[in-house]
Amino acid sequence: MDIEQKVKEIIIEELGVEASEVTLEANFIEDLGADSLDTVELIMKFEEEFEIDIADEEAEKLTTVGKAVDYLTSKVG
Amino acid sequence: MVKDKIAIITGAARGIGFAIARRFAGEGATVIIIDLAQDAVDEAVAQLTTDGFSAAGYAGNVVNGEQMAEIFKTIHARFGAIDILINNAGITRDGLIMKMKESDWDAVIAVNLKGTFICTQKVSRYMMKQRHGVILNIASVIGLMGNSGQANYAASKGGIIALTKSTAKELASRNIRANAIAPGFIRTPMTDTLKPEVVESYAKAIPLSRMGEAVDVANTCLFLASDLASYITGQTIQVDGGLIM
Repeated sequence: MDIEQKVKEIIIEELGVEASEVTLEANFIEDLGADSLDTVELIMKFEEEFEIDIADEEAEKLTTVGKAVDYLTSKVG
Repeated sequence: MVKDKIAIITGAARGIGFAIARRFAGEGATVIIIDLAQDAVDEAVAQLTTDGFSAAGYAGNVVNGEQMAEIFKTIHARFGAIDILINNAGITRDGLIMKMKESDWDAVIAVNLKGTFICTQKVSRYMMKQRHGVILNIASVIGLMGNSGQANYAASKGGIIALTKSTAKELASRNIRANAIAPGFIRTPMTDTLKPEVVESYAKAIPLSRMGEAVDVANTCLFLASDLASYITGQTIQVDGGLIM
């Protein structure tokens, strides 16, 4: 499975949103209704699924689906 | 009230922790005892299982984040949930401020305060995912009133009360409640060594004019962990016979 697809599936699962909402431009908080705890959980889930560590300063920049996909692709792709 | 719940209690091999474990087990909870020494843990678990209760135990140091994370992971995998966490592990290293060793300050703050933080942090991960949970932190009236010769202990317990409030605020949206219990003068193996006249002098200051029993603390924990307390979070409940009001 490619990384983009896997990232989107994690987001759908964690945030309980529809697949159609999870566009690359979608902002986790503004568009997908995540709160601060959700974003922490999401990052933890990425770390678990991709077996990587995401530093806090990196995590803060991952505000949209696309940014998360790009970051994770660069780390594990 | 806590039937079939999975309840982890730290520092539960003896004293108040064990009394809490026994009380919860008696109500049908599966209790998981965490304490420093494996033999003490095994003995405590054996006491409960011999009485027909559901219990398990793990040896661990609450100050060791990596170790605690592993233990909680194992518990979650084995039991499928973590419904209740009771942060009870605590130590004293009494001494006047003028004479207190920094190492005694550090040790008490580490076990009592950091240990509570570490267990809360690791367990809240599972509670957040399951969207429910109860965290109870055993503080002390000393954390409210201070005590000569116990600056480190008082600071750690006062810290626990503030930590409890922050925990309650951060996790409320995930249906996780956090409360602190502040026991007063409770009869434990530690206080049994005190001279009768010392006990009497303490009792004089208590409106109910007696020491409390560990089960008094356990009963309060039981209430706070149950759905009877579903609208209570971020509070510190004193179990002290009216010692301070």
